[in-house]
Amino acid sequence: MTTGTGTDQPDTGHGVEHGPGPEQWRGVERALLKVRRVVLLCTLLPLAAGLALLLGLTAGPGWAAFALLPLATAAWGWGALERNWRSWRYAEREDDLLISRGVLWRQLTAVPYGRMQLVEVTSGPLERRYGLARVQLHTAAATTDAEIPGLAPQEAERLRDRLTELGGARSAGL
Amino acid sequence: MPEKAPERGPAEEQEAAPEGASGAAGALGGAEGAENAGASGASGQTEASPLPGRPEGKRLHPVTPWRRAWAPVAGLIAFSMHDFQRTQEWFTQLTTGWLIAAFGVLLPVAAAYGFFSWWFTSYLVTDAELRIRTGLVFRRTAHIRLDRIQAVDVGRPLLARIAGVAKLKLDVVGTEAKDELAFLSERDAVALRAELLARAAGIAPEAAPEAGEAPARELLRVDTRTLVTGLLLMGTGWGAVLAMLVIPGVVFAVSDSFLAGLAALLPALGGVWASTGGRFLKEYDWTVAESPDGLRLDHGLLDREHATVPPGRVQSVKITEPLLWRRRGWLRVDLEIAGAGKDKGGVLIPVATRSAVADVLARVLPGVGLDDAAEVAVAVPRRARWCVPLMWRGYGHGVTDAVFVTRSGLLRRRTTLVPHAKVQSVRFVQGPWQRRMRLADVVVDHGANGWTAARLRDAEEAHALVHAQAERSRTGRREARPDRWMT
Repeated sequence: MTTGTGTDQPDTGHGVEHGPGPEQWRGVERALLKVRRVVLLCTLLPLAAGLALLLGLTAGPGWAAFALLPLATAAWGWGALERNWRSWRYAEREDDLLISRGVLWRQLTAVPYGRMQLVEVTSGPLERRYGLARVQLHTAAATTDAEIPGLAPQEAERLRDRLTELGGARSAGL
Repeated sequence: MPEKAPERGPAEEQEAAPEGASGAAGALGGAEGAENAGASGASGQTEASPLPGRPEGKRLHPVTPWRRAWAPVAGLIAFSMHDFQRTQEWFTQLTTGWLIAAFGVLLPVAAAYGFFSWWFTSYLVTDAELRIRTGLVFRRTAHIRLDRIQAVDVGRPLLARIAGVAKLKLDVVGTEAKDELAFLSERDAVALRAELLARAAGIAPEAAPEAGEAPARELLRVDTRTLVTGLLLMGTGWGAVLAMLVIPGVVFAVSDSFLAGLAALLPALGGVWASTGGRFLKEYDWTVAESPDGLRLDHGLLDREHATVPPGRVQSVKITEPLLWRRRGWLRVDLEIAGAGKDKGGVLIPVATRSAVADVLARVLPGVGLDDAAEVAVAVPRRARWCVPLMWRGYGHGVTDAVFVTRSGLLRRRTTLVPHAKVQSVRFVQGPWQRRMRLADVVVDHGANGWTAARLRDAEEAHALVHAQAERSRTGRREARPDRWMT
């Protein structure tokens, strides 16, 4: 139950203050990182083993070195997933929700509460196994990309209830 | 409403009142305005008597069943074209007996289907909704909330014009296709549109059926000469012509087959037609008029189309200035309306002078001046040339009191305006290379399933912009019109 990166702000200018007071950024559960690493290893390790076996038997042991490619990807992915996990954060401000994510391609989405049409909480089998849920916000624009993965179910429900309540209070039409 | 049974009146009002109230408050369910409650499978009980259970409400014009009559005939013709010899053989084998049998069975079946589908289709206007019931076996009832109607079109295709009928199309948020009533007699269609708009505007229910067509004032009419000149000066038409000449030639030279060249020619011909003749037919006699219930657009040479866009429904406006139009100062304007779909993209003005466009634009987006919007757009920093060489000069962005402005394009200049009140969410997007250059994009999403991006802004500025825009779009709604614009 770690809460991501509460203190070390990235350099994308969160230092620029807007609105009343500093935003309270929250990270996502560390279990999300675990799930993603499990998925990463479960796809790449069998792939590496299968490739090594296939190439070793058909083309010769030298060719089996190509199986290191998926292994290298897995090693890189291990660290990349952590960096990506750290980048996920969200802040409930007075009038809008901010979601920030991405390491190389950074994205910050701001959705005013009044524009939310639907708040969705989903949890797949693997996510449930690790005690995770994701919250997705829908506005009238289908291109709105506002999703927070890797929340504890209680937090997801709290967020859903709060967003619904705020959305109702600040509702606006199209 | 002659067919509206008197006892329905109060019941409807009771049922409709809370919906209308919650519609104004819009409790987290704005898009539900298009709830197409599919009530199906009720056919069993409707077969008790010869013509039972005809739903109440008005019926469509009796010519309707014929609208699909041409389809089997066209299919037959296409088939015989496809395999001419076999068809000839068949025809020699056909005896009069067979023919009579075929007609004796097919005709009544087709006629019965046409009749029943017409019989079971009806529509009814209540205080808050338009209800359309269709379906012979699978019943479908669509309840369309009037205060969520985004636009009403009356279409008159060529054949329908000959028959004196028209179809009514409704744009509603959240539905894929337009709900349409086809066909109504022309008079009924116009009267129904007037009534729908009057009720949607919030005119008292008793007065609505008699309110009639709101008076319209013509703002702009595109004369044929301007339209043709404009089309001739468009790059796309000439590009298509060039492609039509070059591609089949190349294909013929390479494959040495006349048929292959012909096969390549046909799609190219289609492209040429779409960007020249087709556009001419569609945009002929383009008229923009203003009335209390919205903007009226009339156009078309063979197929006349009429669209009404109620006030405050415009999600974004795109102004295009092709290279060859610049000397004449002509502009083209496109609209995006929620429910119409991004691909369809409605044209507001196919071609007009700058002052005429500014005139119309001031009515579409109150408080927006074309020149103000163009001036407010600030160019991007010079270092943006390392991100997007050459094209960076075209990018620009600015904000006025009412709209978010983005500019792009070097040869064909495009300016996009999104009213603050229509912005649904704001995004800050930055790739690795952009971060190195301390640049970022700011994207705003609007309700017509579209977005527009202020590209390559300074990163600091972009961050400030995201927050400021979220604030503006939140407050912008307060000054916006209510859904029922006359209440």
